[in-house]
Amino acid sequence: MDLFWGVLYLLLFPGFLFLLFFGLLFEWVDRKVYARLQNRVGPPIFQPFADLIKLLGKEDIIPGNVDRALFQYTPLIAFAAVMTPIFNIPLWSARALFPLQGDLLLALYLLSIPTLALFVIGWSSVSLYPLVGGFRAATMLFGFEVPFILTCLSGGVVAGSWSISDVTTYMARHPAVMLLLLPGFVIALLALEAKLERSPFDIPHAETEIVGGTLTEYSGKKLAVMRLVDDIGMVVGSSLIAAIFLGGFLFLDKSLIWSGTDFTPFINFMLYIAKSLFIVLLLALVRTLFARLRIDQMLDFSWKYLATGGLLQLFIAVVYAGALHG
Amino acid sequence: MKESIVIPIGPQHPCFKEPMRLDISVDGERVVDADIIISFNHRGVEKATEARTYIQNLYLMERVCGICSHSHATCYCQGVEEILGLEIPERARYIRSFIGELERIQSHLFWIGIAGHEIGWDTLLMYTWKDRERVNDMLEQISGNRIHYAMNTIGGVRRDIREEDRESLKRGLEFLEERAAYYVHVITEEETFLKRTRGIANLPTELAKQLCAVGPTLRGSNVKMDVRADDPYAAYEDLDFSVVTTDTCDVWGRGFVKASEILQSIRMCNQVLEELPGGDIRVKAPAKVPAGEAVSRYEAPRGELIHYIKSNGSNMPERIKIRAPTLANWLVMSEMLKGVYLADVAIVTDAIDPCLCCSARVTITDRSRGERRVTTLDALRRRRDGRTGVA
Repeated sequence: MDLFWGVLYLLLFPGFLFLLFFGLLFEWVDRKVYARLQNRVGPPIFQPFADLIKLLGKEDIIPGNVDRALFQYTPLIAFAAVMTPIFNIPLWSARALFPLQGDLLLALYLLSIPTLALFVIGWSSVSLYPLVGGFRAATMLFGFEVPFILTCLSGGVVAGSWSISDVTTYMARHPAVMLLLLPGFVIALLALEAKLERSPFDIPHAETEIVGGTLTEYSGKKLAVMRLVDDIGMVVGSSLIAAIFLGGFLFLDKSLIWSGTDFTPFINFMLYIAKSLFIVLLLALVRTLFARLRIDQMLDFSWKYLATGGLLQLFIAVVYAGALHG
Repeated sequence: MKESIVIPIGPQHPCFKEPMRLDISVDGERVVDADIIISFNHRGVEKATEARTYIQNLYLMERVCGICSHSHATCYCQGVEEILGLEIPERARYIRSFIGELERIQSHLFWIGIAGHEIGWDTLLMYTWKDRERVNDMLEQISGNRIHYAMNTIGGVRRDIREEDRESLKRGLEFLEERAAYYVHVITEEETFLKRTRGIANLPTELAKQLCAVGPTLRGSNVKMDVRADDPYAAYEDLDFSVVTTDTCDVWGRGFVKASEILQSIRMCNQVLEELPGGDIRVKAPAKVPAGEAVSRYEAPRGELIHYIKSNGSNMPERIKIRAPTLANWLVMSEMLKGVYLADVAIVTDAIDPCLCCSARVTITDRSRGERRVTTLDALRRRRDGRTGVA
C-alpha cells in the first residue's frame, strides 16, 4: 500500500503531473501579465500547453560532435533535481509530505542544480553560443546563490530549525517575525529572478547577444524538458519563498471544521497557491521594469547589495534567535 | 599569450534587423577587435536608375530604404530640380519639411524601441512602437501610405495637407509631444538603461570629426552639425528649431539626441501647420533634363544623406550616386566596438541606427587567400560570363 501511495505522490500529486500543470499555468500567468504590462494582448491560457505538445512532437536533433551522454541526460537530471524539493515544502498543512531534518539545505542544493546543468550543457554542446551562455550561467551562479542561501537560512535561524516545515509552523505562530524577514524576502525574490534567468538577469540566454544562449543546440523533446525545468523552477522557487517568508500571515494553524469535514488542508492549499501566484506576479513585474544588466554589472549588484543585504538579514535573524533562545 | 575566440554575429542574428556580419574577437567578455562585413543585400539600385526615366526613378528612390523613404525621394528631387533650375512653390517646401519631420519622429521612435530590445528591455520596445503607430497613421492620413508616402515629385509634392485634416494632425502632434517628453524622461532617469548606455563606446569629438561621422552619432559627440541648419533646404530656413547635441560622447548621448530631436520635430510640425502658405503644391517639370550635375544634401533621420546626379540631356540620368548616412558611420562603429563588452555589441552597433539596405556594397571574399576586396560591376559581369570559382 505504501508503494501505491508513493507512486501516486510521485506521479500525480504533488509530484510530476501537478508540477507540470502548475508550471505551465504559472508560465501563462507570467507571460500574460508581462504582455498586459506592455500594452499587448498576451497568449491564451492553453498556449504553454500547446507549446509543450508541439515541442514534444518536433524533430530532436543531436549535433554530430557533441558529448552525447552529457547532452542527452543533463536535462533529465536537471528536471529531476528541480522537482524533488516540492516534497519537502508544506503545501496544505504545516507539515510537508516528507519532511526531513535539514531539508531546507537540501532544497537549496537541489535548486542550484539546473544552473550547473546549464553550464554542463553549454560545455557539452561544443558550440560557441552555448559555450558563452554556459560560462555566463556559471559566473552568475556565484552572484545570486550566496544572497539566496543567506536569506533562506535566516528563516531557518529565526525558527531554530533547518526544516522547511518547522520554519512555516514557526512563522504561522509568530506572524510578526515576517516583518523582520521582509528585507530577506525582497532579496530572495531578486535572487530567484536571477536563478530563473529572467530579465534583468537573463544574461545566459540574452537573445540579442548570443542568440539562443545555452540551449541553442537543443531541439524537440530535450528543449521541451529544459523549458519545463524553467517553469517548474518557478513553481518550486516561489513555493519555497512563500513557505519561508510568507508563512505567517496567510496560514491557518488551527483546524477549520465545518459540518464534520476538515476544510483546513483545502483552505491552506488555496492560500499556498495565492501566495506563490503573488510571487510570480512580482517576478513578472521585475521582468517588465528593467533593462538587462551586463554580467559584470550583475555580479557587482549581487555582491554589493544583495549579498550585503543577505548578511545583514542573517545578522538580524541571529540577534533575534539569540535574544529569544539565548 | 592571450587567446581570443572569434564570435560571428550575423548575417542572420536576432540583434540585426537586416543582414550584416560582425566577426567579434573576444577575450573573455571583452571585444578585442571587430570586423564589419556588409553587403549581403546588394540590389544594384544605383545602376538600375540609369535605365529608368526621372519620374520612374522617383519610385525607385523611395524604395532605397523603408524607414527614410521620404529622405531619399526628397534628396533626389532636390538634385534634379537644381539641374533643371526649377523653383518649387513655397507650400510644397513646407509640406516636404512636414513629412520629413514626421518621418524623423517615426524613425527615432523606432530606434528607441530597438535600443530597448537590444538591451533586453522589451517593454520600451512595445511602448514606443505603439506610439509610432500614431505617426504612421498621420502619414497615412496625409499621403494614403504608412511607409512609402510617395509625396514627392519633381517640381513639388503630389498631395496637399487638407484643411479638414489640420485638427486631427494637431491632436496627433499633441499626443506625440507628451509621449516624446516621457521617453526623454525615461532615457535620462531609468537606472538600468543608464547602466547599459552611459560611458559605453566612447567617441571623442575629435575622433568623430576625423572619421566623418554624421547625424545623431556626430551630434552625440558634441559636434553641432545638421544640414537643416547649416545648408537649409525645403522650408527649414523659416522654421525654428535648435540642433540638439550632448557632450557625453557615448551610446546614451546618441540616444538622448534622437529622443530630443523628436521634440524639435514636433515643434517644427506645429509651426508648419500654423504658417502653411497658400498657393500651388507643384510646378510642371519637363521630362528631359539638360546635361549637368548636382549634389543634393539632406538631413535624414540617421544623418547627412548625399545624392549625386549627373544628367546627359535625355530623360534618363547618366549616373546617380547615393551616399547613405549609415555608410559614413561604419568607420566610427568599428572604432567604437573596440574594448566594449560582448554584451554591449548589440547596443553599440545599434547606436548608429544602421540601415543596411541603404548602404550595401559588393565585397568579394576569397577564403583560400583570406582576402577581401570591393569589386566593380564590370568585374562581376566578366565573372558571370567567364569562369566561376571565387566564392
